[in-house]
Amino acid sequence: METFSFRHKAERRSAGTKAQAIVGVVASGNLEVLVERNLPDTECHVEVSTPIAGFGPVWEAVVADFVERRSPGGLKLSINDGGARADTVALRLAQAVRLIEEDVR
Amino acid sequence: MASWQKAQAARNARLQAGAKFAKGKIVQAADATVLLEAVIRPGDRVCLEGDNQKQADLLAAALAAVDVAKVHDLHMVQSGVVLAEHLDLFDKGVAKRLDYAYSGPQSTRIARMLFGGKIELGAVHTYLELFARYFVDLTPHVALIVAVSADRDGNLYTGPNTEDTPTVVEATAFKDGVVVAQVNEIVDKVPRVDIPGDRVHFVVKSDKPFYVEPLFTRDPGAVTETQILTAMLAIKGIYAPYGVKRLNHGIGFNTAAIELLLPTYGERLGLKGKIATHFALNPHPTLIPAIESGWVQQIHAFGGEVGMEDYVRARPDIYFTGADGSLRSNRAFCQMAGLYACDMFIGSTLQIDLSGNSSTVTASRIAGFGGAPNMGSDPHGRRHPSEPWLRAGKEAEPDTPAMLRRGRKLVVQIVESFGDKNVPTFVEKLDAIELAEKLGLELAPIMVYADDVTHIVSEAGIANLLLCRNKDEREQAIRAVAGYTDVGRKRDKRLVQQLRERGAVRWPEDLGIDPLDADRSLLAARSIEDLVHWAGGLYMPPSRFRNW
Repeated sequence: METFSFRHKAERRSAGTKAQAIVGVVASGNLEVLVERNLPDTECHVEVSTPIAGFGPVWEAVVADFVERRSPGGLKLSINDGGARADTVALRLAQAVRLIEEDVR
Repeated sequence: MASWQKAQAARNARLQAGAKFAKGKIVQAADATVLLEAVIRPGDRVCLEGDNQKQADLLAAALAAVDVAKVHDLHMVQSGVVLAEHLDLFDKGVAKRLDYAYSGPQSTRIARMLFGGKIELGAVHTYLELFARYFVDLTPHVALIVAVSADRDGNLYTGPNTEDTPTVVEATAFKDGVVVAQVNEIVDKVPRVDIPGDRVHFVVKSDKPFYVEPLFTRDPGAVTETQILTAMLAIKGIYAPYGVKRLNHGIGFNTAAIELLLPTYGERLGLKGKIATHFALNPHPTLIPAIESGWVQQIHAFGGEVGMEDYVRARPDIYFTGADGSLRSNRAFCQMAGLYACDMFIGSTLQIDLSGNSSTVTASRIAGFGGAPNMGSDPHGRRHPSEPWLRAGKEAEPDTPAMLRRGRKLVVQIVESFGDKNVPTFVEKLDAIELAEKLGLELAPIMVYADDVTHIVSEAGIANLLLCRNKDEREQAIRAVAGYTDVGRKRDKRLVQQLRERGAVRWPEDLGIDPLDADRSLLAARSIEDLVHWAGGLYMPPSRFRNW
């Protein structure tokens, strides 16, 4: 099991007021993302726990792109990975933000 | 005095030797091996029929059982190396040399045997290329073919799975070769004559129906959101702007997703009647919703597909059918149709390099090619214009005078940046090159060459290689759609931005596509059961696909 912790500055606070949301499932080739609104408005933390070693640079790139595109300020995202591919990770992260912002859409 | 009938005399001798085991043309299954020992000579070129769909399985087993003292060193010239027996022939010394096209299920073992020197490899061909050589320098001495039924005169009914048979028989029977057919049953009158009896010398009745692989059945239940995203990108970014009506789809889940998105996403984009109306395509179950929704006008098929028989029979306006009502497929003609009459091939692959060469060969697997390298090539013999062909030609060569400018066939590779087990699809160097070096081949087994590829679609976007003006731009366009692979992460951000501004790279947002909209609810059918409903119960999926 490998773990990563990414700390980013976000452009702006994520919309909505929901305190937390969860998407995905921990299954082979998939992942679960728990998102919580418990950080200062311009911070975003992503914690990763994955059974597949050696993908550090991929995780780093996926998370950096995610923060740039979705500006998830104030959110902490915890990933429980089941060996998902990068495209699936990017999709679940975006889905998690959409879900926690749901009440303003 | 010179004799001009040596081959005829040799055939007559073979037929005489075989006649001992036949009653008329009919041979008992138990005598199949002795028949083959009688009609095959050491060193013969033998076509053992089998492709990526149907298999002459009884004759394959019979040939694998011959006495090696009598039959050895054969040169196998066949579409598919698919059954274990096909390779047993080489292990036992019955066969020595191999020219073929496809080896999907035996890809690992064939690689091992090539490395071990058990097989002398001629070449890995495209189907049409191998068929062409049947008429020039690889004409079979003996063809072992397969059909549904035969009458006592040897007239054959191949049913929906005609596939390669007419081509193999044409080359063998008219050049003094011997044709042996295995059939499921002997009847008084065949439902239709697919192969005339005077081209068939012996008929062996099998105890069980010949094997057919449902290779073109994709379960909608297994289509992922990423595949749906690639399908949305392809429809909106390629089918729509080029107005692609005449096309061929590959076998993968990405193109299955496209088929399932036509009546939903395609409909919403107002594309019905403007794209995807005429296909060179097997009877893909995933195309049923589009057919039922009135999208598709005509389909010519390479082969049949298990479970689609009744559906096809009930839709003769769409499919080619015979006097008996069932599908008439023909691989050679359909390959030709895909080559010359289609404006686009879109299919998947396992590896793509920085120039755009692609291959399904990896370090330990030689899967062969099937139809893709032929479908996925731009035929220089084409002369008739069409909108997509002209437009693609103009994009590639804007400065050539229009009257002298060749059009271009759209050759699209649709992939996900990472494949199974997180193996990257985009690579600096293809495994195929390493493999060719290890085997001492003169050519790496490339499925689609870089100079034929026009677009690469991945979940990260579309690279339009027609709009790339030099090697550097091409490489960066490919990196731009290589996602988070090593190749993708090494892209030059500034150059990629320029390519996006020119439309040579289009990311989802450049096409107004939000990846979050790539949802399974977009699929016109979400399960095999849904497909059965769409078909009004006429589609009968094989048991392995029935899970309800």
